[in-house]
Amino acid sequence: MTKGNKSFEKAIKLFFSLAASATIVGLLLIIVYITKEGTLLFGKVNVFDFLFGKEWKPSSARFGALPLIVGSLVVTAGAVILSAPLSIFVAIFLTEIAPKKVANYIKTAIELLAGIPSVIYGFMGIMVLVPMVRQVFGGSGLGIITASLVLSIMILPTITSLAEGALSSVPDRYRYGALALGSTKWEMIYHVVLPAAKRGIISAIILGVGRAIGETMAVLMVVGNVAKIPESLNQPVATMTSIIALDISYASGLHKYALFSLGFVLLLLSMCFIAIVRGVYKGSYERV
Amino acid sequence: MNIKIKENAFEVRNLNLWYGKHKALEDITIDIVKNAITAIIGPSGCGKSTFLRCLNRMNDLIDGIRIEGKVYFEGKNIYDEGTDVVLLRKRVGMIFQQPNPFPMSIYDNVAFGPRLHGIRDRNRLDEIVKDSLEKASLWKEVKNKLNESALSLSGGQQQRLAIARVLAVEPEVILMDEPCSALDPASTQRIEDLMVELKANYTIVIVTHNMQQAARVSDFTAFLLAEENEPAKLIEYGETGQIFTNPKDIRTENYITGRFG
Ligand SMILES: Nc1ncnc2c1ncn2[C@@H]1O[C@H](COP(=O)(O)OP(=O)(O)O)[C@@H](O)[C@H]1O
Ligand SMILES: [Mg+2]
Repeated sequence: MTKGNKSFEKAIKLFFSLAASATIVGLLLIIVYITKEGTLLFGKVNVFDFLFGKEWKPSSARFGALPLIVGSLVVTAGAVILSAPLSIFVAIFLTEIAPKKVANYIKTAIELLAGIPSVIYGFMGIMVLVPMVRQVFGGSGLGIITASLVLSIMILPTITSLAEGALSSVPDRYRYGALALGSTKWEMIYHVVLPAAKRGIISAIILGVGRAIGETMAVLMVVGNVAKIPESLNQPVATMTSIIALDISYASGLHKYALFSLGFVLLLLSMCFIAIVRGVYKGSYERV
Repeated sequence: MNIKIKENAFEVRNLNLWYGKHKALEDITIDIVKNAITAIIGPSGCGKSTFLRCLNRMNDLIDGIRIEGKVYFEGKNIYDEGTDVVLLRKRVGMIFQQPNPFPMSIYDNVAFGPRLHGIRDRNRLDEIVKDSLEKASLWKEVKNKLNESALSLSGGQQQRLAIARVLAVEPEVILMDEPCSALDPASTQRIEDLMVELKANYTIVIVTHNMQQAARVSDFTAFLLAEENEPAKLIEYGETGQIFTNPKDIRTENYITGRFG
């Protein structure tokens, strides 16, 4: 009996170890594959011509990715500028102001928001936002503003729930200490709680950026997909993700390599974001 | 005995307090004498902290709390509508059981209150920080590392920093909730010495379950007791010498001689 138990335990342990290694193997496979495929292009096209070339025209073998990189960055920046303050306000409301019951309803709503498929967001963008943006800002309605708006709602749950976690991990004794010194609630939040949660909030925003830059379907539906460096915010752009998704089904040869290279750039960017978040947290452990 | 008219900092009248349905304090009436140290003693869980928090309205933060009765501070009932609670807490400072320095520099911790109350001038702040740290007898130990994190200090130093932080807002009263319970004997000694120094200029109310401490430092002692399933009542209150040598109530005697609680 005991012996049987022991080998059973061993088997369980093995199983879990295998499952854990599978994630690492999966990650390595992706990195190796994308790196290998993503650098093939650079045998034929100069890396700098790819990264800084202003013309993306696969039909005439022009693979300047700058318009797409700029498109991704601008749309993401817009989304984060809109979403981060709002998310932080919501997080403050949830942890510092709302009664528990109300907070729980809102948290549920935010979870639901996070669970909605991105194609639905794209759909809502087309039906609701595109006409509104067209009216207010002119142009076709498809473009940077609409994409940023859609993305800002999509990353709101990410930033909000991570920021909320950061705020609620601030010990209450700081709050009591501040109030007992004669702070108002706002002074307490601004001078004590927010600074204490600063690193967590910054990480939340960076992870929001990562989520925004990788989002594909909803962006693809509302961004216009014109691979040109934009001159104003009501213009359509294309993003790295939207171009990969649109072109991958028919691309071949260099065009296909170029799409892999875009994927490679995305992968590097998201790894950078994770590294920054790690760095931010590591710093915080050293301090406290 | 020298004749001296005692002024009261607080006059608590028929104070009752409920946490939801649970009644925690019953009909507490007590005068807290100005520029003296008043110790609140009693078994753990009897409501000492609860009572203390009534004096600077920190209980307001607790959901479902209900308070009846009056607490006069310098002649005004602090539970009257229209009381400026923020100002009250500036005038009635509080030291907590667990040292709670903010995660910022030693300097910023002490300057926190003054900045809050509008002092921006760097020289003035430097002065206040130095002065408060000196009063809290911490200056010598930290004067060369004011910009280091307050979290790097020892527990005893952190508690003196908390006192400096409170002194920096120039309160009239300092409430202390078992300020030494997390500290070693040497740090405890320093805080007790400090309290005695401070009472010339401040009214101090200290909660403690350490009877020797109450006997050593306080001028007046109040004994709170919550008998089985009952809310806490003020059993006895008087000069510390009298309470410890000649208690009038048998329950006080039992408690201070260690027979229960
Ligand atoms: N925030 C709170 N919510 C509900 N009940 C509380 C709260 N704080 C204290 N109590 C209750 O009030 C009583 C007195 O507690 P407390 O004032 O902390 O006692 P002491 O400080 O003497 O140990 C206890 O029964 C405790 O459970
Ligand atoms: Mg207590």
